[in-house]
Amino acid sequence: MSHATPAGTPDAGTPDTESLTDGPHLISLREVGKHYGNVIALSDVTMDVDAGRVTCVLGDNGAGKSTLIKIIAGLHKHDAGEFTVRGESLHLSSPRQALNLGIAAVYQDLAVVGLMPIWRNFFLGSELKGGPLGSLDITAMKQITRDQLLAMGIDLRDVDQPIGTLSGGERQCVAIARAVYFGAKALILDEPTAALGVKQSGVVLKYILRARDRGLGVIFITHNPHHAYPVGDRFLLLKRGKSIGYFEKGEVTLGELTGMMAGGAELEELAHELEQISGQAEVLQSIREAEAEIAK
Amino acid sequence: MTTTTANAAQLDERVARQGRVRRLFGRPELGAIVGAVVIFVFFSVIAPVFLQPTSIVTVLYGSSTIGIMAVGVSLLMIGGEFDLSAGVGVISSSLTAALFTWYFSTNVWVGIFLALVFSLGVGALNGWILVKTKLPSFIVTLATFLMLAGLNLAITRLVSGAVSSPSIADIDGYAVAAAIFAADVPLFGIQVKITVFIWIALVLVATYILMRTRVGNWIFAVGGDENAARAVGVPVTKTKIGLFMGVGFCAWIAGMHNLFAFNVVQSGEGVGNEFLFIIAAVIGGCLLTGGYGSAVGGAIGALIFGMANKGIVYAQWNPDWFKFFLGLMLLLATIINLLVKRRAEQK
Repeated sequence: MSHATPAGTPDAGTPDTESLTDGPHLISLREVGKHYGNVIALSDVTMDVDAGRVTCVLGDNGAGKSTLIKIIAGLHKHDAGEFTVRGESLHLSSPRQALNLGIAAVYQDLAVVGLMPIWRNFFLGSELKGGPLGSLDITAMKQITRDQLLAMGIDLRDVDQPIGTLSGGERQCVAIARAVYFGAKALILDEPTAALGVKQSGVVLKYILRARDRGLGVIFITHNPHHAYPVGDRFLLLKRGKSIGYFEKGEVTLGELTGMMAGGAELEELAHELEQISGQAEVLQSIREAEAEIAK
Repeated sequence: MTTTTANAAQLDERVARQGRVRRLFGRPELGAIVGAVVIFVFFSVIAPVFLQPTSIVTVLYGSSTIGIMAVGVSLLMIGGEFDLSAGVGVISSSLTAALFTWYFSTNVWVGIFLALVFSLGVGALNGWILVKTKLPSFIVTLATFLMLAGLNLAITRLVSGAVSSPSIADIDGYAVAAAIFAADVPLFGIQVKITVFIWIALVLVATYILMRTRVGNWIFAVGGDENAARAVGVPVTKTKIGLFMGVGFCAWIAGMHNLFAFNVVQSGEGVGNEFLFIIAAVIGGCLLTGGYGSAVGGAIGALIFGMANKGIVYAQWNPDWFKFFLGLMLLLATIINLLVKRRAEQK
């Protein structure tokens, strides 16, 4: 970060000085559960998020992913288990409170206004004022936008173009960069690759790694193990509101992840999809192995 | 873009091509400027009297009466809403001042102040109903349009027993108010109506607000994508209500000019004018769906209206042609806007 961070956001400028292993986790869930009336939406979920690590939450539709992120993002309160942020146990009551703790969510619709220039989108709702009449500090905002996007690996000649002219992956990146700039320490990405093609998904995965390298704790929600496995450090698998597994990267192969999620039926299709992403021969191999394993 | 990542490189040519096109066609008011130049040249050629200073001043005055309202309506439209009550709202404001002043025999300025409160109040009510009910602004303001049109007629008849407001020319404060709201300002030896200057000032203020303040950013955002705006903390409700009140403020200025220029107000007037304001904004490049446009564009739209309106008279055509002309302009302008928006939204 080459620029000063905005006032009022908690120590956003020092992402990579935080310890990765010692001390309390950035976010930690212990047997967290949530029910709506008599419907149990989530139960016994345990996971950790650390700075500079990517925690993937995998599950099919209705597995409880949304409920989980709503708890972490402050939209819903959990009613079982313990939810700690930097070691402090709490119940979040609003997204604003979550934001103040440095927890930012980037939802699928991204909250960007297509016809507005990129820099106006970047600062929307938190505009910088410079002039005597309360006018906007446009020069600084454009420069910061350009620098922040560059730090995420997008080199834009013109931050004045409408954000709608960017590709889906790049728009995702702008939303991520915005969250990072405005003090996010933990970033929840809600199915960022769901609506994207293979190539654009690759772009977003690259930005996830970029955010991780800048010292953020990333929570990556997806239903696609092939997107999760290459970037994830930890994997939480959800099924019908329950945790069916929580692994460190070394403890699980992509084949096993896919097998647990899909039950093998769609593996052939997934392998085919993955073949289109170059440089994943190793991953492809493990899917084939998983297939063979299930076939036995 | 000389150095770039592998991913961006593939998009690069497309972005660059759009960049060039956008530099040409990027301004929302471009179509209107071209249209204004064409119409100006056209009438200058077929009706040389059109170029005389007095004619130009007349055209500017005609444009300003629409243009003042078009400023508020343009901002509202960029914010994604309509106001169908704007036309009769002007007359309501005039009538509020006139009837109150006459009935209670107060100083004219009391009536003027009340009219301001009334106009801002109507705007606030429109906006408040809109955000509370989430009904489309078309319906909400159509309802206020009908109610105001009815109130204008009914209350005027109740108070004065006639279809127009009684003259307030001999009431305290009239002379000063008339000297302000209906003044003739000498400029290079020609009497120019003050509304022309008010119009220009309003356009400048509105442009400053739109392009250089946080509120301007919010206006674009609530019109472009209300949910996204809310998600990043833009005060959507306040912005929308504020925009309707802005239209109310413009209606007050236009209404005060109307009152002090003619001293009496016809209670049935104003109906249909709301479309002229919207037409000016749309010709000027404001998208009907919101999120795009400019105050300058609305002003040029009003100028086109003024030039066509008076130009037809100077050319000694039958004024019947005017509406056809206006319709054609509107159609062409909206088609250009559509193309602009498609280009901007291309992925």
